Amino acid sequence: MGASQSAGTEHEFQDMADRTGFSLEQIGNINKRFRQLSNNEETLSREDLASIPALDNNPIRAQIINAFFDKRNLHQNETGTVQEIGFEEFLMVMTHFRPAAMGLTEEERENLRREKLRFLFNMHDTDSDGTINLEEYRRVVEELLSKAGTIGQETAKAIADAAMLEVASTTRGKMEPDEFYEGITFENFLQILNTFDIETRMHVRFLNMDTATLRCGKSK
Amino acid sequence: MPAFSCAFPGCRRDLLVIVLVVFVGIGLPIEASAPAYQSHGTEGSYLTNVTNTKKAFPVLAVNYKHVRQPFEIALWILLALLMKLGFHLIPRLSGVVPESCLLIVVGLLVGGLIKVIGEEPPVLDSQLFFLCLLPPIILDAGYFLPIRPFTENVGTILVFAVIGTLWNTFFMGGLLYALCQIESVGLGGVDLLACLLFGSIVSAVDPVAVLAVFEEIHINELVHILVFGESLLNDAVTVVLYNLFEEFAKVGTVTVLDVFLGVVCFFVVSLGGVLVGAIYGFLAAFTSRFTSHTRVIEPLFVFLYSYMAYLSSEMFHLSGIMALIVCGVVMRPYVEANISHKSYTTIKYFLKMWSSVSETLIFIFLGVSTVAGPHAWNWTFVITTVILCLVSRVLGVIGLTFIINKFRIVKLTKKDQFIVAYGGLRGAIAFSLGYLLSNRHQMRNLFLTAIITVIFFTVFVQGMTIRPLVELLAVKKKKESKPSINEEIHTEFLNHLLTGVEGVCGHYGHYHWKEKLNRFNKTYVKRWLIAGENFKEPELIAFYRKMELKQAIMMVESGQLPSALPSTISMQNIQPRAIPRVSKKREEEIRRILRSNLQNNKQKMRSRSYSRHTLFDADEEDNVSEVRLRKTKMEMERRVSVMERRMSHYLTVPANRESPRPGVRRVRFESDNQVFSADSVPTVHFEQPSPPSTPDAVSLEEEVPKRPSLEADIEGPRGNASDNHQGELDYQRLARCLSDPGPNKDKEEDDPFMSC
Repeated sequence: MGASQSAGTEHEFQDMADRTGFSLEQIGNINKRFRQLSNNEETLSREDLASIPALDNNPIRAQIINAFFDKRNLHQNETGTVQEIGFEEFLMVMTHFRPAAMGLTEEERENLRREKLRFLFNMHDTDSDGTINLEEYRRVVEELLSKAGTIGQETAKAIADAAMLEVASTTRGKMEPDEFYEGITFENFLQILNTFDIETRMHVRFLNMDTATLRCGKSK
Repeated sequence: MPAFSCAFPGCRRDLLVIVLVVFVGIGLPIEASAPAYQSHGTEGSYLTNVTNTKKAFPVLAVNYKHVRQPFEIALWILLALLMKLGFHLIPRLSGVVPESCLLIVVGLLVGGLIKVIGEEPPVLDSQLFFLCLLPPIILDAGYFLPIRPFTENVGTILVFAVIGTLWNTFFMGGLLYALCQIESVGLGGVDLLACLLFGSIVSAVDPVAVLAVFEEIHINELVHILVFGESLLNDAVTVVLYNLFEEFAKVGTVTVLDVFLGVVCFFVVSLGGVLVGAIYGFLAAFTSRFTSHTRVIEPLFVFLYSYMAYLSSEMFHLSGIMALIVCGVVMRPYVEANISHKSYTTIKYFLKMWSSVSETLIFIFLGVSTVAGPHAWNWTFVITTVILCLVSRVLGVIGLTFIINKFRIVKLTKKDQFIVAYGGLRGAIAFSLGYLLSNRHQMRNLFLTAIITVIFFTVFVQGMTIRPLVELLAVKKKKESKPSINEEIHTEFLNHLLTGVEGVCGHYGHYHWKEKLNRFNKTYVKRWLIAGENFKEPELIAFYRKMELKQAIMMVESGQLPSALPSTISMQNIQPRAIPRVSKKREEEIRRILRSNLQNNKQKMRSRSYSRHTLFDADEEDNVSEVRLRKTKMEMERRVSVMERRMSHYLTVPANRESPRPGVRRVRFESDNQVFSADSVPTVHFEQPSPPSTPDAVSLEEEVPKRPSLEADIEGPRGNASDNHQGELDYQRLARCLSDPGPNKDKEEDDPFMSC
């Protein structure tokens, strides 16, 4: 939508729009932001994201940045991370934050839930083995409470343990004393967050640009 | 089986009816014959010395006048509550008919009864209503307002409240005026302003009625907060419109300046109300910071500051309801961080109790007033009013939703819109406002009749049918979910995630500002309003502790270990295998140490019998189940370092604390709740692989003497020199979680256990 875009990129945008469900205008806006973050280069690196001032006070900053470079979030069936991402990958990550459209069927809604919960799951499962084990969960809680000082660290462990116990009891019920609960699988994850209405909560308003633009949302 | 179950409530019902009849039978004749006694009472005693006739000393005399007013009030309230009791004994009835309807019917019956006797039935006095009956309900609603859904939908709510009410007023007022112009109706004397005034009274959705009906249908959070929020926030609009039209009706003409002033007045009223509420809210929060020594009166501060906020704003003709809501919302997070658990429970129950009584009384009086009030019935006017109410509401909701949905992410579905429209009930506020109309208005009686009819219609017809309709339309219900620590963790996580992503997008959206507000709150506001060091505690930890506490209490109430974990899932199931478990030998060692400590302890405790200190009762030690032992052991091991700090704190910091005998506090709590350890009981069966250093006899002994040292001699000065500050912090936190009032002040249930 700016002068800098040639007909070629517009065609690409249309392609992306069809694939991801964003509107052309939204993709244009995201593209502008991408160029801004990457200093007009083709790819975005971790340092670019790390330099965003708004992220400074965020306790889970590192995880968020990692999520952008995690191959599992890029709709590729690989694991591991990449060093740099292009605009298309950036857009892919953003699709996880699309709001739920009106009039979705049950199945579509369920798919949307799974997609968003998968994103969260990937953020927790740092070693990409498909389960969140106790150590990883502890780290999650510790990061969340990292701004809370020493009290935070002590209770973080207790909280993570209690949470893990809750998952185990909900999903496995009874266990023998010498059985071992390896970790939270994705199915368990879905189960414990069953009542969590993530499809309505996990969205970023910025992407809803199909009305009168209340805010363009760029930080100049 | 059925016969038995019928007989029992039937007996109760008969008994209730008998009791009721007795009460009413006594009360009413007493009222009626009060004047007679009055004359006897006053004249008899003061004039005898003149007449010189010696009367026998009155062994038994009746002086009703003396107690008349409180007696009547108490009687009415008792009647209301007995009725409420009665309804719930009849299961099928309360399932079909909402309580509000039943209460109105009772009011009608009582009013009719009074009229038959020949007395004048009391009318719902507007002063009484606005100053005494309404505030508790609103405070209850405001204090427990679910903040997250409210703030997320505040835009929608405001649109419905302000624009919706305006639309309703003008639509209804205008059409009714047009109706009055029609010759055949015979209401030529009604001018436009009067109609608009009537429109403003009858168009506002009533919070009391909405609460009463919606409470029973458990609708999903979004629709609930929309209707409920609207009913609360439209008060400002109603106040302004009502006063405006009253003024104009007096004068008779309206100029552009007046309209402009009206708009300004609206902003003044609503923002002024909010400001007054916020000021009192912060005052209350600030006061609660210092109440650690006087726990007993903590709830009173909450109630009184809120009531003052209401009265102050009413004094300035600002919106009292908004002041009350804002006061409750503002003070809640800070006050709850400061007050003791018992005070919190007290506040909760008193608010519920008062609002329940108020609500009951309001509906009963509504019924009685219907019988009493002067009526002027005009079929056309009344029927048209009712129909117009419905129509304007539906049109308003549909139209506004159409506009609102353009700006919302989570759109309102047709079902949601239907419930919002159908749930717009009118209630006692409309009646009171109508009653306040001065008799100048020739149409006053007509208006009152119409208002009552509308109220009856909405409460009875809409109130009764909304539940089956909700079932029929399969509207989403409220999800009953237990507080789950996983959900809490993920709520926090998601908040930070979305804030971060918004940052990446460069968008200063909802989460960004929320985060900014939180940070501002944490750095500046909390520091001033929260006692001690608690303000640093993040929400997640507070939640976790609350959950622990709740489960501890639940465990105590059920008298056994939490059944939430019936399985033997414990930490050992979760811990990675690599870390070795505590060896049997170690366990034995620990058990031995425990036992020896118990012996030492038991001597001290001999004079005081704590029936539930099974942990330290050497005799019962062997009976303690494996799990309990493990749990306690783990609790100790886990808390060792914390204990050490606390120990040193006790020894070094003298009576700067709330209680000169901290040991007493601790013990009292235990005897209250049969909790085994000094701290919140973990529900997690912690089996931590013991780090080789810690569970020494030293640390265990430190743990032990803390509890029952009633004489405040804390045994064994083993205080390690760790920072008192930390201990203080823990103590504070602990005290807050498990706290009770100062030791000398309340001696409620503790007396059986402590003979101090």
